[in-house]
Amino acid sequence: MNTRLIASWLIGAPAAVVGLGLVIQLAALADPSLYFAWGYYFEVFVGGLLQGVMYSLVALGFVLIFKASSTFNFAQGSMVLFAALTMVGFIEWGLHWTIAFALTMGVMVLLAMAIERVVLRPLVNQPHITLFMATIGIFYFLDGFGQTLWGSDVKSLDIGMPRTPVIVLENVFDGGIMINQFDLVAALVGGALVLGLAVFFQKTRIGRALRAVADDHQAALSVGIPLKTIWVVVWTVAGIVALVAGVMWGGKMGVQFTLALIALKALPVLILGGLTSIPGAIVGGLIIGAGEQVAEIFLGHFIGSAIQDWFAYVLAMLVLLVRPQGLFGEKIIERV
Amino acid sequence: MLYREAGQFKSSYASDQAIFPIRQDKIGIALILVVALLVVPFVASNYVLNSILVPFLVFSTAAIGLNIVTGYCGQVSLGTGGFMACGAFFAFKLTTAFPDIHIILIFLLAGFGTALVGIVFGLPSLRIKGFYLAIATLAAQFFLIWMFTQNPWWTNYNPAGVITAPPRALFGDFYITGVRATPVGKYLFLVCFVTILALVAKNLVRSALGRAWMAIRDMDIAAEIMGIRPMMAKLSAFAVSSFFIGISGALWAFIYTASVEALAFEVTRSFQVLFMIIIGGLGSILGSFLGAAFIVLLPILLNSAPAMVGIRMSTELLTHLEFMIFGALIVFFLIVEPQGLARLWQIGKEKLRRWPFPY
Repeated sequence: MNTRLIASWLIGAPAAVVGLGLVIQLAALADPSLYFAWGYYFEVFVGGLLQGVMYSLVALGFVLIFKASSTFNFAQGSMVLFAALTMVGFIEWGLHWTIAFALTMGVMVLLAMAIERVVLRPLVNQPHITLFMATIGIFYFLDGFGQTLWGSDVKSLDIGMPRTPVIVLENVFDGGIMINQFDLVAALVGGALVLGLAVFFQKTRIGRALRAVADDHQAALSVGIPLKTIWVVVWTVAGIVALVAGVMWGGKMGVQFTLALIALKALPVLILGGLTSIPGAIVGGLIIGAGEQVAEIFLGHFIGSAIQDWFAYVLAMLVLLVRPQGLFGEKIIERV
Repeated sequence: MLYREAGQFKSSYASDQAIFPIRQDKIGIALILVVALLVVPFVASNYVLNSILVPFLVFSTAAIGLNIVTGYCGQVSLGTGGFMACGAFFAFKLTTAFPDIHIILIFLLAGFGTALVGIVFGLPSLRIKGFYLAIATLAAQFFLIWMFTQNPWWTNYNPAGVITAPPRALFGDFYITGVRATPVGKYLFLVCFVTILALVAKNLVRSALGRAWMAIRDMDIAAEIMGIRPMMAKLSAFAVSSFFIGISGALWAFIYTASVEALAFEVTRSFQVLFMIIIGGLGSILGSFLGAAFIVLLPILLNSAPAMVGIRMSTELLTHLEFMIFGALIVFFLIVEPQGLARLWQIGKEKLRRWPFPY
């Protein structure tokens, strides 16, 4: 990430936002039944951005594991569900949520060790597609396991986060922009998590080892980095990210089976941002979240509702046609 | 002792290139077909026909289709459910709009329509590959399902969004869809139809086209240098694959369930078919059948196993346990034999050749 790239994003992104707004305003002029006001547009947009942070939280777990072991971990979604279920289970025992959180972290460590021992180690040196399939197996297993253990009722997970919407920028736009406080807190937590991960990866000894493994397995092995430990660490970190995502998503829509399916929402975020890039996961999440909301409200007006289901994928696909490695992914140069 | 090719000499290129070069294989396949056509219809109960054999045959077709694009051409596709939905809805629209066209022709036309859709959604494969492509094909999955649920035109304005197969006869009074179709009739038709489709697929993957797919799968750049056009190879793989998947979708809607909504072809269906080819064996027509049989039978076995040993469980717990066992079995299979059941079969054959004197 050089300064020029950051600068171009800082200028380009707001310009794109305003440009998109102008396009929609033109469309609204052409078709009076489409309601458009700048305040409303920004409200939708900001709502989408905050939603996007939630996607990023899930996508982060994918990126971490992909970076360190080139495994596409499909089970991330069910890890989110499993973590959330476990935490709710502990809270139901009457524990304070901080203790439950810590205990669940412990469970995720155990889970990471089990996955490394039972699944990853026997599958060393297999093609990526095999590992991918194995993680789908883990997905099903965890899905069933979590619900066998804790039951499959919809549970609420309340750790005392504010839920009332606030209205900001009242003097700029007519009526101001309504923002859900919950989403705002979630976004802050997400930001803190990314910052923490960045420090972990850049400044700690084990973080450096992780990056070395991500760069080149064999070179890392040859300088004495224990691959097995690294894998456990990576899966643990991914498990903790899943836990945070689970707390956020579970608080938003209750802890239930559908939580595992938000992984499907995170996939377009991933390929948009690039499978190996943490900033990519964040920016991708923001683009997908905002784009999805804006499209649902303004484009959905023309072609029918519920386009959220596929819009993110089509958006990601279009980006891939121009940049096959995603926005921030490593450029792959292939030679015979 | 019995399975040995000693003494079977190939005296022409044709016999050398036969699909089943060994006489015992020919006899084996012929036996299976004879049993399937002449014995099973009289022995099997309606339950076995309707909920095991018919879905097995339908899924086999889908698995063959996915195996062509993923197993032979190496392009991972997660859009199977969407393409199956395409086949189902195309067939429904065609047969309600033109009731006079023969049902087999309808199935084939639905397949061709799906092939066109497959080409469109195969276009990204020219730029992107691997996981990126897998996720891009999910776009097809979600977009197509959305299209079929959102536009009532596809269901002829049915308020529930369900398509129901109109009664169609293969010939005379031999109905294969609708209420007058008997399970045996459906089954017999499917056996013949799927056998022919499998034969077509087997011959396609042995042809120059199939070799081009495999070259692309093994190393795309090297294949290009050898003079294989990646665009043609990839798009034709997507087209042929979608053709088979579309037909399987039409068979699913018309023969297996008789009435179906678009949600039956959700993304879980795509994963189900993907499991089939992974467990059965990537790049193997036989594997498609084995994998389909495995995935169709496993839930039924898991469901009836506790009842057999006398344990009573709530259905909820049972579903969750089923999920767990399913997941664990997939991991187990991948660890024990990453190349699938087809590979196990091959190893078994090698062993059988030398049995009982392996040295």
